[in-house]
Amino acid sequence: MAYTIQLIVEGFATGSIYGALALAIVLVNRSTGLINFAQGSMGVLATFVAFGLVQLGAPLLLAMLVAFVFAFVFGAGVERFVVRRFEGGDPDTAVVVTIGLFVLIAGIAALIWGYEPRQFPSLFPPQSIEILGVFISLRSVGTIVVLVAVMALLQVLFRFTKLGLAMRAVADNPQSASLSGLPVSRLLMVGWGLAAVLGALAGILVAPQLFISPTMLDFALVYALAAAILGGLDSPLGAVVAAWFIGIVENLAGAYIDFIGDDLKIAVPFIFMLVILIARPQGLFGRKVTVRI
Amino acid sequence: MSLLELEDVSASYGYAPVLHGISFGLEANRAEGILGANGAGKTTTLRAISGMVPATGRIRFDGVDILGKSPDRIARMGIAHVPEGRGTLGGLSVRDNLRIGAYQRKDRKQIDEHIEFCLDLFPNLRERISSNASALSGGEQQMLAVARAFMAQPRVILLDEASLGLAPSTAQRVYDAIRRLQTETGVAMVVVEQNASLAFSVVDHALVLETGRVSIEGPKESLMGMDEVRRAYLGG
Repeated sequence: MAYTIQLIVEGFATGSIYGALALAIVLVNRSTGLINFAQGSMGVLATFVAFGLVQLGAPLLLAMLVAFVFAFVFGAGVERFVVRRFEGGDPDTAVVVTIGLFVLIAGIAALIWGYEPRQFPSLFPPQSIEILGVFISLRSVGTIVVLVAVMALLQVLFRFTKLGLAMRAVADNPQSASLSGLPVSRLLMVGWGLAAVLGALAGILVAPQLFISPTMLDFALVYALAAAILGGLDSPLGAVVAAWFIGIVENLAGAYIDFIGDDLKIAVPFIFMLVILIARPQGLFGRKVTVRI
Repeated sequence: MSLLELEDVSASYGYAPVLHGISFGLEANRAEGILGANGAGKTTTLRAISGMVPATGRIRFDGVDILGKSPDRIARMGIAHVPEGRGTLGGLSVRDNLRIGAYQRKDRKQIDEHIEFCLDLFPNLRERISSNASALSGGEQQMLAVARAFMAQPRVILLDEASLGLAPSTAQRVYDAIRRLQTETGVAMVVVEQNASLAFSVVDHALVLETGRVSIEGPKESLMGMDEVRRAYLGG
């Protein structure tokens, strides 16, 4: 029993990392209506910035803050100078552009820092605590707490702030939003910037576990995309709950179903995803769009 | 000096010219109608004013040249455009659509009062305040589009084919509210309509566009007395 609970808690923690990336995907989708396949590599690039600063002797928290600022500016710049040319056009073209960015940014990171995985310091102490016979690492607890806080902030942003409302309006209909005086271009940049910060957060949370490398978030991105779609692309809460679900199911299936093991465990959450989406195409928490004609 | 002034304005979509040097002025607190058949350039005129299509000539608002400025900047200057097809934000609730209309304003108390005013003007919207705009009927969406434009507290509202696709009784209700809005608030309007009877219920003065040129203009009483206007736009 203790082992099962431990697997569940670890699944929560792993799911939290997928969740941070899934939140970034939801944020971009809510502000621009696009899915950004480069979200993972943008996060890795910002994590490398933090890594470089730590190497130079900067404290981790300061390095993180600088990486977040870098991520925001980089994300906003990508929207302004690359993605904007394709927004409002064929969505398939925009998807291909973000896949191209994914490859390009990973390539740039590899060119500067190489492919060799390197150690990255953790935000949280390495100790574990024992609760009712279950050992839970402080890193897992910290990761979960950070994600819950970020999710709550995003809910507040979208539901209760003028900025969040404006971002939703721009995602819904940018041309119409501009006729109400909304600075559409700036809002799109803010959306991409904030999403890039979330990607950086995911990178910084996962780097101590996986070691930092240009491809570090590739697998996490696949899970994050699954979580964003499973949870409902317009729901930050849904994305996180789905990411937790994926993390836990993956862990339990890998441990308890013999023929699945480590090799096939990645498939399990996707099978669940297919089944759920057949029954509920808008995802677990997504809103069904009703259109009167 | 007119509040809004167009002078020799031309516009085209790619290589296809649509407007050929039209000119007119709109005084503060007045409503100008633009009538014409499909393809005459009515919608393009409004789109040129709000910066949605590139144009040449001169467009001045309150003495400031606005030609070439972006739509959001023109909106912030005080021109609200209710586009053809309504342009409501379908994924947002009625209340959020109204709040977006007031995006540039900071006077929270007055914003709430104006939301109340809109809900009085369009009682249907009060019942659907939490519904997504995409779930509203065509008439309700048109009401919401007009209300959202008003929420910006503009000095000019550009109204494009507000009766399009609506049942006659619904279109009449929408225009009754628009007339009340114009009378009570004094906001100036440019009203594009194919249904001249509805347009004349709001405007003081109108012009008729034919293939991108102004063919007739004058006070509504004189236009209503003209045979060609009566035959083409008033069903008689």
